[in-house]
Amino acid sequence: MTLFKTMLSKLGRKTIDSLWTLGVASTFIFRVIARSSIVIRRPNLLVAEMHFAGVLSLVIIIVSGLFVGLVLGLQGYETLKRYGSTGAVGTLVALSLVRELGPVVSALLFASRAGSAITAEIGIMKTTEQLSAMEMMAVDPYARVIAPMFWGGVLSMPLLAAIFSAMGIIGGYLITVVVIGVDSGAFWSQMQASVDFHHDILNGVIKSVVFGTAVSAISVYEGYASVPTAEGVSKAVTRTVVTSALAVLALDFVLTAFMFTGAH
Amino acid sequence: MERSVIDLWVGIFVALGIAALLFLALKAGNVDSIIKSEGYLVSAEFDNIGGLKAKAPVKSAGVIVGRVDNVSFSNQSLRAVVKLNLDKQFQFPKDSSASILTSGLLGDQFVGIDPGGALENLQDGDRVRITQSAIVLEKVIGQFLYGKMSEKNGD
Repeated sequence: MTLFKTMLSKLGRKTIDSLWTLGVASTFIFRVIARSSIVIRRPNLLVAEMHFAGVLSLVIIIVSGLFVGLVLGLQGYETLKRYGSTGAVGTLVALSLVRELGPVVSALLFASRAGSAITAEIGIMKTTEQLSAMEMMAVDPYARVIAPMFWGGVLSMPLLAAIFSAMGIIGGYLITVVVIGVDSGAFWSQMQASVDFHHDILNGVIKSVVFGTAVSAISVYEGYASVPTAEGVSKAVTRTVVTSALAVLALDFVLTAFMFTGAH
Repeated sequence: MERSVIDLWVGIFVALGIAALLFLALKAGNVDSIIKSEGYLVSAEFDNIGGLKAKAPVKSAGVIVGRVDNVSFSNQSLRAVVKLNLDKQFQFPKDSSASILTSGLLGDQFVGIDPGGALENLQDGDRVRITQSAIVLEKVIGQFLYGKMSEKNGD
């Protein structure tokens, strides 16, 4: 009986703790958003963070996008060949990239490339008491450091996802049309016939904005909430990548269920 | 890094991102779908629409002239009512007929319009009088088998 009681109270403790964390994280994010006016007052801070989160992620995004497109084109061609409709490979590559792979894979790459770096930077600033020093000098660290990082991530993510999808389509074009020899006209015209601007491209952009917001919010929060030791920062970085990946995949399911079901 | 270098790189990044979006919208996507062209609604009643769905193309002479707006069921006539959204630039005579066709043997279904000879054109809200239902493969096969069997019994 006592064992049962302790187990129940452990469960209760866990629930309260996780709700507490959720509350702390939400108030933290609201505080960051409330300090966002600095992004307009001092745009050079935002530009620096977009350089950090966006420009430095360009290489990995371009290369992975290209390879994902190459693989999709190759696999799609091999499967469609059996049904004699290899012209549809353009549709397959474009739809899977624009709707799913573009936003999701670039968000995962973004979390591991930029999100982890954001967490590490804020965590080390906290460990070395730079954040406290700023407060001593009456500089608000939320406004000076965290808000620009958050918005830099939010703004970079849709651009990265679009670049990823575009590179993927180019990769699919290269492998199927240039290398294998699928008809170029069929490739593009079938793609254009089935990719709808509102239904597919705009929904993909909405997805990438949501993912960018989620990943950036998780990254800055984990950095700020990290235990100020070397081990604490390393754990925070790991948590950023794991939580971001889970959040992106779960959100993707929810968004897909709303966007791409029903009449079409 | 120097401020101007960072500015330049972020500028390149944003330009690349916008270029990628434009590429997706213009090259991969359907340019026509961005600008929703003005259309007019015409309804048609069918005995059986088979697997026709909203957004299916409406074709005349093989050219896409519109999309199926929605599919519903009429309680009065007990038939399927299909609303067709036709592009304003394509006008059809009032006595045109609509039929539900299939692209290829197993392809998607679409609505085909055969122009008639009337002098007046179809207007917004008009109804297409002459319609031909979808061919349901099961029914055709069933009739064929039934015909074969009665043929044998007749011998």
